[in-house]
Amino acid sequence: MLTKRIIPCLDIRDGKTVKGVNFVNIREAGDPVELGAAYAEQGADELVFLDITATIEGRNAFAELVKEIAAELNIPFTVGGGISSEKDVSLLLEAGADKISINSAAVIEPGLIDRIAKNFGSQCVVLAIDTRFDRNLWQVYVHGGRTPTERYAPEWAKEAVERGAGEILLTSMNHDGTKNGFALDITKELSRSLPIPVIASGGAGTEEHFYDVFTKGEADAALAASIFHFGEIPIPDLKKYLHEKHITVRL
Amino acid sequence: MSVVIIKYNAGNVQSVYNALKRLNVEAVVSDEPQVISNADKVIFPGVGEASSAMAYLKERELDKLIKGLTVPILGVCLGLQLMCAYSEEEDTECLNIFPVQVKKFPPEDKVPHMGWNTVYNLKGKLFQGVAENSYAYFVHSYYAESNEYAVAESHYIVDFSPAIHKDNFYATQFHPEKSAETGVRLLNNFLRI
Repeated sequence: MLTKRIIPCLDIRDGKTVKGVNFVNIREAGDPVELGAAYAEQGADELVFLDITATIEGRNAFAELVKEIAAELNIPFTVGGGISSEKDVSLLLEAGADKISINSAAVIEPGLIDRIAKNFGSQCVVLAIDTRFDRNLWQVYVHGGRTPTERYAPEWAKEAVERGAGEILLTSMNHDGTKNGFALDITKELSRSLPIPVIASGGAGTEEHFYDVFTKGEADAALAASIFHFGEIPIPDLKKYLHEKHITVRL
Repeated sequence: MSVVIIKYNAGNVQSVYNALKRLNVEAVVSDEPQVISNADKVIFPGVGEASSAMAYLKERELDKLIKGLTVPILGVCLGLQLMCAYSEEEDTECLNIFPVQVKKFPPEDKVPHMGWNTVYNLKGKLFQGVAENSYAYFVHSYYAESNEYAVAESHYIVDFSPAIHKDNFYATQFHPEKSAETGVRLLNNFLRI
């Protein structure tokens, strides 16, 4: 049976350091390559590396880092952060990334999704949606959640699928950082209505939250950062817990 | 031992190269008929769309070359599909190494079939030492129908063949280069055939 996927997310600055990580068994704290390999070893199903650098130098360093990650990892990984053109995509895929995630640039220019899907295949296009529930609607935000848009998550996700997105990475800004659990309702709504996988993100705090997002939220995959980085929930323990609760995971 | 990865307009060439490098094998990536013909092992990767990939191969006469190879060759993902007779993707006549039809998954669940799934009823050299119901990483919308060349079985919406073998031709629908320990074992097995 196809498994539910557990995906740690790493924030990368200047192509070398990982933000906010305190991970056991890592010689050089903050080395993304070593950290990625450690997660793969622990049973992470995929990884996401997010470039949080704003400078050109940082962006070039990120592409170099992607090459190193690709040389090391034997599981799939997605890269994202500031991707705004087919040239960016081409550079990162050639460096060895399996998928790229796009966010703000796709909202500003939705045709970008069509072009990337056509040139590189839908399987590598992850559309990231940052959304906040406000006045009964899931409004889409861009620029790292700073700028509200006129779009709403269900419609935007549907349009993205029609344009060729292969996966949706859905982050609820209401839940992100709270450790109170994932946004189950919107995750379920998208997962049920869309013909492509939905990765839930934002709010993971306990093992039970993962169980909930896979059952009540009907997510295909769940992404988290800090609870993994600080060893609060070791991936093998999480998978064992999910397995015992009859969720299909790769052990 | 010289291992050549066939270079064509498909993704995952670099991933396969990296995976071999982790096994201390420095593969050559080439679309030169001479280089491919002289290899001890050939890997035929592929991510992308069937008809344009076939057109590319024909243009360079790599289609005949691949069919005529006598050394072990491993097709991966789209590589497997192209080694079959026919793909529903853009109504494409393929290499016909395996007289097998490639069909699109019915839309009864999410398509593509993306992620980790089990492979079972494992047979032959490719899967030596690989446990039944091991997980492999898949990303595909088209599948090879269950057939007599299957050396593994899998299920997503329908039963399908995730790995096939005939003579010197081997192929997997999943990505061994991305399938963690299972994939490492499989690639190692292929290199030892």
